[in-house]
This record gives sequence, C-alpha cells and structure tokens, in this order.
Amino acid sequence: MELLLVILLGVLYAAGIFMLLRRSMVKLLIGLILLGNGANLMIFLAGGITRGKPPVIDDAAKLFTDIYADPIPQALILTAIVISFGLQAFAIVLLKRVYVLINSDDLDDLNTPEEEDI
Amino acid sequence: MLFAVLAGFIVSILYIPFGRFLKGKLAGLAALLPISLFAYFVSFIPAVSDGQRVTFHQPWVPSLGINFDFHLDGLSLLFSLLITGIGSLVFLYAAPYLRGHRYLDRFYAYLSLFMAAMLGVVLADNVLLLFIFWELTSISSFFLIGFNNDNAASRKSSLIALGVTGGGGFLLMAGLVLMGHLSGSYSIQAMVETNEYLKNHVLYGLILLLVFAGAFTKSAQFPFHFWLPGAMKAPTPISAYLHSATMVKAGVYLLARLYPVLGGTDYWTYPLIIIGGITMLYSAFHSIFRTDLKGILAYSTISALGILVFLIGIGTPQSLLAASVFILVHALYKASLFLITGVIDHETGTRDITQLAGLRKVLFPLAIAGLLAALSSAGLPFTFGFIGKDLVYEATLHTDGVMPIILTALAVVTNIFLLYAGLLAGLKPFTGQLPDRYQRIHLPSLLMWAPPLLLALLGIAFGAFPAIADASLLNPAASAMINKPIDTPLKIWHGFNLVLLLSGLTLALGAFLYLMRKPSASGLDWIERFNNLSPKHVISQLTHYVRHFAIRYTRTLHNGLLRVYLLRIVVFATLLLAFRLFAGGNIYLLPGYLTPLSVYEIAVVCILIAAIYLTVTSSSRLTVVVATSVIGYGMCLLFVFYSAPDLAMTQFTIDTLTVVLFVLVLFRLPPFLNFANRGARIRDWVVAATFGAIITLIGIQVLNQSFDDAVSKFYGDNAYILAKGKNVVNVILVDFRGMDTLFEIVVLSIAAIGVFSLLKLKLKASEKE
Repeated sequence: MELLLVILLGVLYAAGIFMLLRRSMVKLLIGLILLGNGANLMIFLAGGITRGKPPVIDDAAKLFTDIYADPIPQALILTAIVISFGLQAFAIVLLKRVYVLINSDDLDDLNTPEEEDI
Repeated sequence: MLFAVLAGFIVSILYIPFGRFLKGKLAGLAALLPISLFAYFVSFIPAVSDGQRVTFHQPWVPSLGINFDFHLDGLSLLFSLLITGIGSLVFLYAAPYLRGHRYLDRFYAYLSLFMAAMLGVVLADNVLLLFIFWELTSISSFFLIGFNNDNAASRKSSLIALGVTGGGGFLLMAGLVLMGHLSGSYSIQAMVETNEYLKNHVLYGLILLLVFAGAFTKSAQFPFHFWLPGAMKAPTPISAYLHSATMVKAGVYLLARLYPVLGGTDYWTYPLIIIGGITMLYSAFHSIFRTDLKGILAYSTISALGILVFLIGIGTPQSLLAASVFILVHALYKASLFLITGVIDHETGTRDITQLAGLRKVLFPLAIAGLLAALSSAGLPFTFGFIGKDLVYEATLHTDGVMPIILTALAVVTNIFLLYAGLLAGLKPFTGQLPDRYQRIHLPSLLMWAPPLLLALLGIAFGAFPAIADASLLNPAASAMINKPIDTPLKIWHGFNLVLLLSGLTLALGAFLYLMRKPSASGLDWIERFNNLSPKHVISQLTHYVRHFAIRYTRTLHNGLLRVYLLRIVVFATLLLAFRLFAGGNIYLLPGYLTPLSVYEIAVVCILIAAIYLTVTSSSRLTVVVATSVIGYGMCLLFVFYSAPDLAMTQFTIDTLTVVLFVLVLFRLPPFLNFANRGARIRDWVVAATFGAIITLIGIQVLNQSFDDAVSKFYGDNAYILAKGKNVVNVILVDFRGMDTLFEIVVLSIAAIGVFSLLKLKLKASEKE
C-alpha cells in the first residue's frame, strides 16, 4: 500500500506543478491546492501509516495499551489544512477581484513591465 | 593625537545641526579647525627634527589587531603639515569663493571629514586603521568631487573617481591584511622589524601587486590616471586641496611609508620606475595640449605624482630626499596655481587659456603669485623648485649601470613639458593685452588672493633659504622612509656640474617651447584623436559592455512571466534534489515495509488518480472545481483508513467550504482558454513529471529510514496524565502547542479580514481602467 501512496504522492506533485505552470490564474490556484494535498500526504506517509488505530486513549485507560498511529504528523497536517484554507479563500476572492478589474483570467494581462530606461 | 585626528569627524557632524549659522559672513570661521590643527602639528617640529617619534596607542578591537595606533615621524609630520596648512588656506579661500552657496555648510562638513580622514591615513600606524581612513578619503572625495550634484558630468566624474579609487582600495585591503597576517602584527613599525621575512616570502610578489594597485589608483598613475582630470569638475578649492596637496599624494605616502617594509628589491624598484616613468612622461606630454587651465594643472599634477613614484622606486637616499623635497615643492606651487585658476574662473567665468590674457592689470597680486609659482614650477634658481629639480637629477644620475642616462633623459624631458605647463598656467593668463570684456574685473576679497600669494612666496622663501626646512622637516621625512638618519643640508649652489647643466638645458628648452608654441584648440583636437587608445576609453568601453551584459541578463531572467520563473525554480530544484539523491548512490526503489493492500484503498487511489487526471485535462471550470473537491474527499477517505479521524473531519469541512466558495465566487467565469501551444505543454509535462518522480523517490527513501519516535511517545504517554485529554492530536494542538494554534487562529482571522474587505471593496469607475 505504501508504494501506491508514494506513487499517488508523485502524481499529486506532478499535476500540481503542471497546473502552476499554466497561464490561467484559476489553474494556478488549483495547482496550489494539489501541491498542498501532496505535501500533506508526504508528511502523513513519513510518519508511517497505521490502519485502524487512531491516537485516542480508551475511555477506561489512562495510557495507550496498544500500538497507535503517530499523532505528530496528524497535528502538523491539521494545522496545514486549516492554514491552506485561509490561503485558498483569500486567493479565490483576490482572483475574483482581479477578474472584475481586468476582465481576464490570463496572468500575462497582469504584466505591466516597468517602462524605465535602465 | 586621537583627538586631533577625530576632531574633523566631530566637527563635520556638528555641521548637521549648526551648519546653517556658518553660511553667512561667519563662513571663514570654519578655518579655525585646520588652523588650530596646523598649530598643533607645528609644535611637534622640534621633537621630530631631533629624531624623536611620537606614538599613541588606544585599543579599539584588540582581538582583531585593530587599534588606534598613531605614529608621528618626519614623513607623517610633513604630510600632516601639508594637509592642515594648505587645508587652512583652502578653508579660508572657499568662504568667499562659494559665498552664498546653498550647500556651503555641507561643503565644509565634507572638507572637514576629508581632512580628518587624510590625517588618519598619514598618522595611522596600524595598517587596518590606515585602510579605514584610506577608504574614508575615497568616500569623502566622492562627495567633494560631485559637489555640484546638479551637473551630470560632475556626478559621473565623482562616480568614476570613487570606482577607481575604491577598486584600488579593495585590493590594497587584501595586500595589507596579507602583510599583517604574514608578519604577525598589523603595526607598520613592527613590520619594519620583520621586513626581511616579508621580502623573502613566496607571497611577496602578490603583496606588492596589491599594494601597488591601491597606491596607483589613488595617486592616479598610468593607466588609472583618468579619474583625476575628470575630478576637475569639482569647485576649484576642492581641486586645489584634493588634487595638489593631499588625496592624490596618499598613494605616494603609502609607498613612502611602506618603503622600509617592502622596498629596496628589484620587484619594488622596476615596476615603480616603469609606471612612474610612463606616467610622468605621458601626462606631461598631455598637459601641453590642454587649453583648460584646470586640465593643464590636472595633467601636470599626474606627471608630478609620476615623478614621486619614480623617485620612491629608485630608492636611494638621494632619491628619497628628492621625493620629500618634491612633495613640498609641488604642493606649494600647485596649490597656488589651482587657487589662482579658481580666482580667474570666478572673476572671468572661463578657464580657457586661449581666451585669457593681460589679467595682471586687474588682478595684480595674483599675477605676482602666478609668476612666482610658475618660476618655482619651472625651477629657476632661488626658487624651491630649483632645489627640487636639482635633487631629482642628482638622484637619477646616481643610479647603477645604463640607468642614469635613460632615467635622466626621462626626467629632463618631463621637466621641460612641466615647465611649459607651469608657465602656461601661471604666466600666460597675466601677460599680453587685456581684452575689453575683462576691463571691469575687480580684485576679489583678500581671502581669495592672499592664500595663493602666500603659498607662492613660501616657495620662494624655502628656495632662497633652504635651511628653514631641511633639517627640521625634509631630512626627517626622508630618514623615516629609509629608516636611518639622514643629514643632507639642502644647497642652493652645487657648483658647476652636470646637474646645473641639465637644469639650464631644461630651462632653456622649456622657455623656448613656451615662446614658440601657442596653446590652441587644434592641438587639443589633435591629441583627442588618440582618445580611442586611452585607458579611459578602454575602461569605459569595458564598463559599457558589462552594463549591456547585465541588462540583457536581467531581461532574460526577469522577463515578467510568472510561469517562466516557476519553471526555472522547479527545474533548478529538480536538478538539486536529483543531484543530492543520486550522488549518494544506494537508492531504494521500494518502501522498506509494505502494509497489505485492501480493495477499498485501491479503489480510493484509483478515484484520486482519475480525479487528478480530470482536474488537469478538463477545460470546464466547474468540472475542475468538482474534480478538485473529489481529490479532497479522497484524501479524507485515506485519513479515515489510516487512523486519522480528526484529519478526515477537518479535510471534509474545509474541502466543502472551498468548493462552495469557489462556486459562489467563480462560477460566472468563462471556460478555460487554452493558451499554451503543444510544445510548451509537452515541456511542462516533462518538467512536472520529472519533479513528481523525484518526489516519489524521495518518499521511498524516507520510508526506508527508521525514525526516532521519542517525541510521539512523549505526547502519547503524557496526553492524559499531564493534559487530561484522551485525543492525543487534540491535546497537542490545544494544550502542548496551544500558543502555535493561537497564532494560527490569528493568521486565519487576518485572511478572513482580507477576504471580507476584498468582497466589500467597491471600486470607483476611474479605477477600473
């Protein structure tokens, strides 16, 4: 299973990079989301995957008696998901704003090269 | 002594708050600083002429060997007196010269700064301290040369001067550090003790090269001489101060100061003789073609500097004495000529030698000064210049082998040209018929005509009575260079000998040249034709090419297309990661352990890959958004399978919110346009796929590493005991790392404020353009 997930990880990264390299702003944003998912998966995998043993202590016990999934990657990913949501929300609204202003989704239309004599 | 050096810095700072009070009639008060310093240094003359050396030590950064070590011997004293003495006159002179100038206070602040830096250079015993002051002179002279900062040519000249002297200073620093490192001490006096070690070291040649680079750039030696004529764009008092007496002599001072440490070998002698010789002849020849008074003076100054370097190169006691005499001779007559030129420029508005004539009728005291300075520069008997020139010939004649003939011939030819240049600058404007347009000129204030006259008279006084200066000042200066006592009284009359004959020959030929040749614009045009070969032209061409290269380079790298930047970053990162990955050898191709597969999981991975494919290829915006959300939910399922319920919940919520937001905000946008052509798409695919493959490989390597789970165990063991929580992930977030979560909330709030304000922002019609 790890092999499958590692390949999925590569696919997510590749797709994310490909989308980042497009001219459309929406695609750029989607690329960011894909990369974010890829990064989360990377962290998750690096901690090792454990099936069906969430890091929650039994009601009756005070300590873990069984093996349990590593809680640290989960805490990290949780933070990452929330923060990337903040980023995405802001980017989406910004994109909308840009679209209203210049009526285009093309990144090249945003270019106003500095016309100064070097 | 520390205070004497730092006084200029302190005063220049005081100009910031109090400078505006000095702009009016009180401007001359600024001269109090150099005058009092001059008096201070004069008080050292008796002690120094007795052969004493005054030292001062104050630790600054002892751990790095940088200390305020000052050392006053004959050489330093000669320079200190020149700096403060001519400085006093220039300070006085500038008050009427720049009367009412908007930046007069700034001018005095720069000048004080410069003077202090120069004093630091000539008094410092620690080479690093010397270097600091050295650079300060470059920087303050940058401000002084570019003082007329509304003039483009002036700004350019100051940049060139800074570039040349700063570049040389950089090399000099390397040389000084190398010297200090090898000899184990940064004190020049200590280096003198260990000079044999330095001279026999393998790196001796390199040290010389670096030190010469510093001295040659500062003292405007060929081929770095071109900054000096350019620096004539500065107001004339500055040219008089920087370019006759002080800054350009700093390089000469450095060579003289380091002579006992590094000098006396063939590697020292020949480069200095050759470069000094070329410089003195080349620029003396150039000076006779100039028609601008300051141009003439600039080139003859370069030539004089060449002579000094040449003399230090010869390195016999006679030549070093000749050098110290010539430093004083030249400073006196050249500063005087510069100040005279300043008055002429100030009163007539031109410095063109072909326009000026007969000014003796209106500027009589200056005509006297000009005559005396020109005579001293010509080296007529009973002027100080005569003694200087005699000593130069004496020095060149007393060398070994065939050298005397060549060197003496070189010196004679140079002196003939210099004589001509001196007469041109000091005599020509005052002789002949006064043109009508200059009839109404009046003599300027005393402060403007007295300083040049005083300097010129001093030139005569030292010449007529050389005993005033020889034992008290000049012999100690020369003995400081050679590091043993010298006691050679200067004589006016040497008897009938070869030197006298040469002097006479020089005078006759120079006077003949002056009578026969009239300066003209056509001569200037003729010499300008060779400009393409001049070092200045070559170097400015070089900088031109560098600049174009830089522009092209920037335009290529910085072309304003985000995707191109990203592409480069990704390719570079890929190469770097690949290098790191493959350079280590030993790559795992399979994860170290595999958990068994289950049908659900395979199904989820398949769905994910299909969704990714759809996201990337679909041209419908809505489809892409939906496919992206499928990816999110797929991730959510993976989290569920692998024991991360909190992650699954968060991912589910967030993903739903993102989709809603996306659809609400963006659903009206048109379908994607496909901008890229086929080639670009293929290229991007290759790049992206390679990067993905590298990431996969890295993932596999990671899965082959065992890792330390001490921290995880700590959280697992203590979640309930310390924090009374059973969900470990929650406990980490809200308890163990509660502060981080607080900041995360802050970040989210900021994002929320941003989103809100962007949505509420109403644009005016004008801003929609």
